[in-house]
Amino acid sequence: MLQKKILEVNGLKQYFGSASNPIKAVDDISFYVYEGETLGLVGESGSGKSTTGRSIIRLYDVTGGDIHFKGQNIAAIKSRKDLKHFNKEMQMIFQDPYASLNPRMTASEIITEGFDIHGMYKNKKERAEKVAELLEAVGLNRMHASRYAHEFSGGQRQRIGIARALSLDPSFIIADEPISALDVSIQAQVVNLLKQIQRERNLTYLFIAHDLSMVKYISDRIAVMYRGKIVEIGPADDIYNTPRHPYTKSLLSAVPQPDPLSERTRTRIPYVHEETDGDMIAHEVSTDHYVFATSEQLARWQL
Amino acid sequence: MTEQKLRDGAFDIVGMHREEQEQLSSKPVSFWKEVLYRFKQNKLAVCGLIVLIIIALMAIIVPEVSQYKYSDQLGVYNQPPSAEHWFGTDDLGRDIFVRIWAGARISLFIGITAALIDVIIGVIWGSIAGLAGGRTDNIMMRIADVLTAVPYLLVVIILIVVMEPGLVPMIIALCITGWVNMARIVRGEVMSIKNQEYVLAARTLGAGTAHLIRKHLIPNALGAILVTMTLTVPAAIFTEAFLSYLGLGVPAPRASWGTMASEGNKALMSYPWRLFFPAFFISLTIFAFNAVGDGLRDALDPKLRK
Repeated sequence: MLQKKILEVNGLKQYFGSASNPIKAVDDISFYVYEGETLGLVGESGSGKSTTGRSIIRLYDVTGGDIHFKGQNIAAIKSRKDLKHFNKEMQMIFQDPYASLNPRMTASEIITEGFDIHGMYKNKKERAEKVAELLEAVGLNRMHASRYAHEFSGGQRQRIGIARALSLDPSFIIADEPISALDVSIQAQVVNLLKQIQRERNLTYLFIAHDLSMVKYISDRIAVMYRGKIVEIGPADDIYNTPRHPYTKSLLSAVPQPDPLSERTRTRIPYVHEETDGDMIAHEVSTDHYVFATSEQLARWQL
Repeated sequence: MTEQKLRDGAFDIVGMHREEQEQLSSKPVSFWKEVLYRFKQNKLAVCGLIVLIIIALMAIIVPEVSQYKYSDQLGVYNQPPSAEHWFGTDDLGRDIFVRIWAGARISLFIGITAALIDVIIGVIWGSIAGLAGGRTDNIMMRIADVLTAVPYLLVVIILIVVMEPGLVPMIIALCITGWVNMARIVRGEVMSIKNQEYVLAARTLGAGTAHLIRKHLIPNALGAILVTMTLTVPAAIFTEAFLSYLGLGVPAPRASWGTMASEGNKALMSYPWRLFFPAFFISLTIFAFNAVGDGLRDALDPKLRK
């Protein structure tokens, strides 16, 4: 199957702090995302998942590497006009539905913020119609437009966040743990909504999460991050059924099963970090399934 | 490892009618209508506003229509309040009622000017420093530090050496040092707000600095700004009174509440009304400003919407 790569990240580095003693939040990662798919990015807290997402969308100035989106190196965009054009193409859904909506703005103001910035839909009636359309697209009532953020529940707030991300009609959406702050019963609703919107609008997702069962459900491919590096990336089924990297195995062993019988026998595999001195490269172990390791490690993990 | 298979749509919602659930209980109203409504609920703030309006109107009207001028010496000295002279007269035989309202002009003018300087210089300075961060922030705040290190009184005294005493040196001194407190508070607010996810969201939408300041930072820092402002206004009125009391304020025969209190102080034992009236109006004005500021802050916070 020949698929078009919509996003290609090469050697992305994002360091914070002083140059002499940098904190390497993201350390030389490379991956790509096919058009129309969902790439799940998983890893423990502090592994650099969110930083990766924020670097790609240019919330941070990247330390090194390049990011090609639709053929354009967005890490090098300098002019405001080009950046604005890129903003229309790529949007983000945030983690905390309580912090991601301005408490002084109504739902309608939040959704139309992008229109103000880009000078779209100047006509008042047209704009109200667009807001109503977006609210209904995310499963809210068009009457909700005049309400403030605090008058909504967590799930509804996240839907407003999604409507805002959709307002500029992007083709790529980075979802930064969009469900982890939500009630479990609401998580499924929001994930289903995201899937439905993806089908309707032909969107590509970079889905950042730490809940592996949700990621499995929504992702076509999965990348596993650990300590600022992608240790394993591949099709969702391959990662789940034939994980190669011990960290991935450890992570998968931690997923609770909705089955008391298997849950009784489930044992967690601890992961012991090993310092390596050889060259770490990405080995393709099966089609599209890469493991980041030295040759010696790979041979050992084969067993 | 066993795996529970999840199908598409396995989580469909059953037994919930969203349409019914999300019906609105109240009609939508505009933001400012709501602010007005909430402000009106606060009795103290409404009283404060009424008092301020009355004081302002009196300050505008009384000196124009009164039969006396604030500098007229009427030949009746230290009269107690009477039908002829409502607040009495002072030691030079001037009508205190007229002088109070002429003085109100100066006190209100200096208070409002201080507030404007606070807003114009302080808010802009603070938002830029907080938003830029890093070296810019450092330089801007060190400049502010240096300016606070210079006492206001000293600046006024130095200015009086080169210019006439009066309102001009006071206002210039306010421009130099008066806004630093506001800049600090706004900077602190901005620094906490700028890392909120809604600001990041606006940046991913392509928002520029001006948009962020206007739409996100100022509205969310408005509570703190208003509170600081309601403290600045009375502080400025006080400062003017204090400087006039020391003889560094408006020159005679012009009246200000400060000079009147200063003169009245000397005669406290024998003619107490000469101190009472200016002191009463200073207190009343400051109290009214505080009440209005408090009410405004609450009214502007949509979280308090019922």
